Amino acid sequence: MTEVTIRHVWKEYDGDVVLERVNLDVAPHSFVSIVGPSGCGKSTFLRMLLSQEAPTRGFIRIDGQDLPPEPTAERGVVFQRYSVFPHLTALENVAFGPEVARAPLLGRLFGSRRKAVLEQAAAALASVGLDHAGDKYPAQMSGGMQQRLAIAQALITKPKVLLLDEPFGALDPGIRADMHQLMLRLFDETGMTVFMVTHDLKEAFHLGTRLVAFDRYKTRPEEIGAYGATITLDLALDRSSARERAEAMVGLADKVADQPA
Amino acid sequence: MARRLINLRPSRQGALYLGLLPFLILIALYATGSSLRLAENPDDKLLPGFSVLADAVVRVAFTPDRRTGTVLLWADTAASLARLGMGLAVATAAGLVVGIGNGLLPYVRAGFSPLVAVISMVPPMAVLPILFIVFGLDELSKVVLIVIGVAPFLMRDLQARVEELPREQLIKAQTLGASSWQVVLRVVLPQMLPRLIDSVRLSLGPAWLFLISAEAIAAEVGLGYRIFLVRRYLAMDVILPYVAWITLLAFAADLALRALNRRLFPWLAAGRGA
Repeated sequence: MTEVTIRHVWKEYDGDVVLERVNLDVAPHSFVSIVGPSGCGKSTFLRMLLSQEAPTRGFIRIDGQDLPPEPTAERGVVFQRYSVFPHLTALENVAFGPEVARAPLLGRLFGSRRKAVLEQAAAALASVGLDHAGDKYPAQMSGGMQQRLAIAQALITKPKVLLLDEPFGALDPGIRADMHQLMLRLFDETGMTVFMVTHDLKEAFHLGTRLVAFDRYKTRPEEIGAYGATITLDLALDRSSARERAEAMVGLADKVADQPA
Repeated sequence: MARRLINLRPSRQGALYLGLLPFLILIALYATGSSLRLAENPDDKLLPGFSVLADAVVRVAFTPDRRTGTVLLWADTAASLARLGMGLAVATAAGLVVGIGNGLLPYVRAGFSPLVAVISMVPPMAVLPILFIVFGLDELSKVVLIVIGVAPFLMRDLQARVEELPREQLIKAQTLGASSWQVVLRVVLPQMLPRLIDSVRLSLGPAWLFLISAEAIAAEVGLGYRIFLVRRYLAMDVILPYVAWITLLAFAADLALRALNRRLFPWLAAGRGA
């Protein structure tokens, strides 16, 4: 069970404030949907959770521990693209995490130890519906299959926190619905905490147990550098009424509406 | 309906004929020019007839030399290929290590990248005299010339390819628990090898250039040495087969490297098919 604490986080680039005063307490086993217009810093926020970037001020803690200064295995990630290794088959992609964990020197296993890991990887592939694609290279798979693969690859190392950066943004609507089902099932099974950045409001409401919207509160051109975006809406989706959710959706729609789907 | 030129394609057979046509025209032109000159002066050496060329080939490729007892063409080929192979092997290894180091590790890049950038601007032929002085007139200076001529290109090219790797891949590998070393072994190196082989293919031309130049200046055996030696006697009947042979060797090496890439890295073809 993983708690995430975010306190007074600011992020500046060359003196320009991107994010300011970000405070968030995330209970264990939450699914946090993050929405907001382009350039509001939601991807920056995700990169800070990943330790790809560090906050200029403030801190982020997982279970009371400060984030390490670089990406680690406790935080898994699925990007919109380039999430899987093109030179490995689906099975090898999933086996990557367990292999590097067990073979520090060569990064790969041989013989019976390799066989055991591949069996584990095959089971993980089956759980995302890719039973028959183990021998395929990512380039031979559809976009939806690649994202399933990326999810299986990220989950096999059992991260405490899973970070999703518009993971389904490039997929067709029908396939996206399948992916939502898969994601909800895995979320229930694993008990992990998920942060998902998305442009799709319906997706955000459908998957999340909590909705966080980022936006700038000062938008005049001369204020852009001095004031950043911050959390403008924080809604517990699992404990709110249908009416609250409907109002929030309408309120957000015109702010996020100018975004590409 | 008549189609636009950009949509007109030759059939497979047609493409083959079209590809052969320029070669046939060149051979015909040579034959015409040769017979015209020979008709005027039977001792003409500039464009020897095909029978004279064939005699020369038999002499250099199938008859032991009277003075040395070896068959010249094979001795020359063995010497040149040994130099070329060694030079390319060292350059490739250096390109791989420095390229990946510069591309992946910021500290290595800060220390080495400017040096590589400057060294790659030194014209290799300009330092050839230095190489002769330092390494002597033997094999070593020729191999070093090839290394100096080719390695900086390979290093910079590979560095650029490493830097082109999507950032997401490196992050992903870290979130799966991979160390720097494991990232090199499992993510970067396997994806760089086919690109390295492609770069080596592109380097074959310069490598031959440096080899033949070095052999022309100081050597006792070698394809370049032979060409420049018989030039004194205007022996076009030897030079032309040698040039054709060198071209064939270079072409075969290029083809072999391409086949190697396809064979070793099936995921590349998978990427192209999609």
